[in-house]
Amino acid sequence: MSVLVFAEATQGQFKKAAFEALTYGRQTAELLGTACHALVLGPADNLAQLGRYGAQKVWHVTHDHLASFDSQSWAAAIAQAAEKTGASVVIMSHTSTGKSIAGRVAIRLGAGSVSGASQVPSLEGNELHVVKPVFSGKAYATFAIKTEKKVISVMGNAVRPEEVGGEAPVEQLSIEVPAPRVQVVEVQRVEGQVPLPEAEIVVSGGRGLKGPENWGMIEELAKVLGAATACSRPVADAGWRPHHEHVGQTGIAIRPNLYIAIGISGAIQHLAGVNNSKVIVVINKDPEAPFFKAADYGVVGDAFEVVPRLIEAIKRFKAQQN
Amino acid sequence: MKLLVCISKTPDTEAKIQLTPDGKQLDTSGMKYIMNPYDEWYALVRALELVEAQGGSVTVINVGPSSNDQIIRKALAIGAHEAVRIDAEPTSAWFVAHQIAAFAKNENYDLIFCGKETIDYNGSEVPAMLAELLDLPFVAWASKLDMEGNTATLHRDIEGGVEIVKVATPFVVSAAKGMAEQRIPNMRGIMMAKRKPLKVVEPVAVDDPVSVVQYALPPKKKGVKLIEPEHIDELVRLLHEEAKVI
Repeated sequence: MSVLVFAEATQGQFKKAAFEALTYGRQTAELLGTACHALVLGPADNLAQLGRYGAQKVWHVTHDHLASFDSQSWAAAIAQAAEKTGASVVIMSHTSTGKSIAGRVAIRLGAGSVSGASQVPSLEGNELHVVKPVFSGKAYATFAIKTEKKVISVMGNAVRPEEVGGEAPVEQLSIEVPAPRVQVVEVQRVEGQVPLPEAEIVVSGGRGLKGPENWGMIEELAKVLGAATACSRPVADAGWRPHHEHVGQTGIAIRPNLYIAIGISGAIQHLAGVNNSKVIVVINKDPEAPFFKAADYGVVGDAFEVVPRLIEAIKRFKAQQN
Repeated sequence: MKLLVCISKTPDTEAKIQLTPDGKQLDTSGMKYIMNPYDEWYALVRALELVEAQGGSVTVINVGPSSNDQIIRKALAIGAHEAVRIDAEPTSAWFVAHQIAAFAKNENYDLIFCGKETIDYNGSEVPAMLAELLDLPFVAWASKLDMEGNTATLHRDIEGGVEIVKVATPFVVSAAKGMAEQRIPNMRGIMMAKRKPLKVVEPVAVDDPVSVVQYALPPKKKGVKLIEPEHIDELVRLLHEEAKVI
């Protein structure tokens, strides 16, 4: 009957996405009046710390076949762990890993699933209701899950990680893991940058910046804010910025606390990917830019003047804070 | 090579989403539909490129009513060789994955392509479910796919980077931006598409484990607060004190 949260580790370290999934799982377990357990696959550090985010117990599976990521091996391990530990709800992060395995785990368990949930579920009779953004953020849908077993993946920034306890006991779980059929050859990571889907602040540039050579101030603004950088579709299509920075309906949808759009007019496809941001700041020299209608704060002005000033203003603010 | 490309019909990227007054359903009056961009621009085009280089055939499959034939014909006009439509409303990822799996299980496809997600329900679930139902390996959100013999090398988008993987056929892949370049169908393609086979298949019986019970639109913004460019410190103060985001 328990809630089992697959806590994802990157290079052995738990990140915000795992703490968010645990917080979501702990709240779901409270709603259902059951226990919240964490599941960790493969080597990871500080397993007991998952207790701080609400795991009453941490199940740990180590197996040679979990040395690198393969959706089939990992989904098989998660589904078996759910069955062995008597979990009826499996929760994971809606990350590149979650997107690879949530559907597989659902099939294995015969579970109804919702992927990319943005709110903690509610209970309506004996159905679990789960809200998620649809149409790339243009609307929300509430899904009713009718099966006894359920799989939910949680969108980044959907809940704030909450510390509620101390360390949790860690118990090894023995599971037969099938051999991976997908071989990981290499992982290339951009070091020192905040990954876009996890970022709480995002600084984004559009065609108004005129060329890739002008991105220095975008990167500097991101740096002083501890933010990730993003861009609009025309910018990615023109090759000014890498594709993975493209946010919008055909890029990635994000929901940071603060989205700063610079030189982006705000086409409906772009807004779809960002309008679930908590606060939107728009800097654009065209007062008629549609983005101002979707913004909380706006500056009508030339980005080449406004952004350097904003960088200095934030540096002053940060200096005062310290 | 025998390739299958799963295509979906979605509202146009420019479509404004409206709801019925009770919010139980979408108001689809006047809605324009397109082929899901990830299916069309990346999955379908990369499949065609592989067949152009190595020979073989590309079948497109869609789960939907006869009104979907328009987007299926477009896929044929872009270059797919034949099409299959499973004649049922695509009510959930679970339902769609089971329909496609039921059709594909005896067809021995070398590769099954999907888009990385559909731009309507944004779930990324169908390809993973399909892979599980067919007991196949799966690579999600691939931005590059190269074949050598029966082994593929793929780049998979992960948080803050790229994972490079190798996998032997058969497998399922979901295509992300970068895998191919969009193709616009030409007049010859459009004419030929009319004569290409489109097989309509009856659905298998599947119970939906989930259903949408309510839709809602995002809360409206209260209106923008404009700050003079000369008073940018005021923006920083508002972000800190009022919005509490820095």
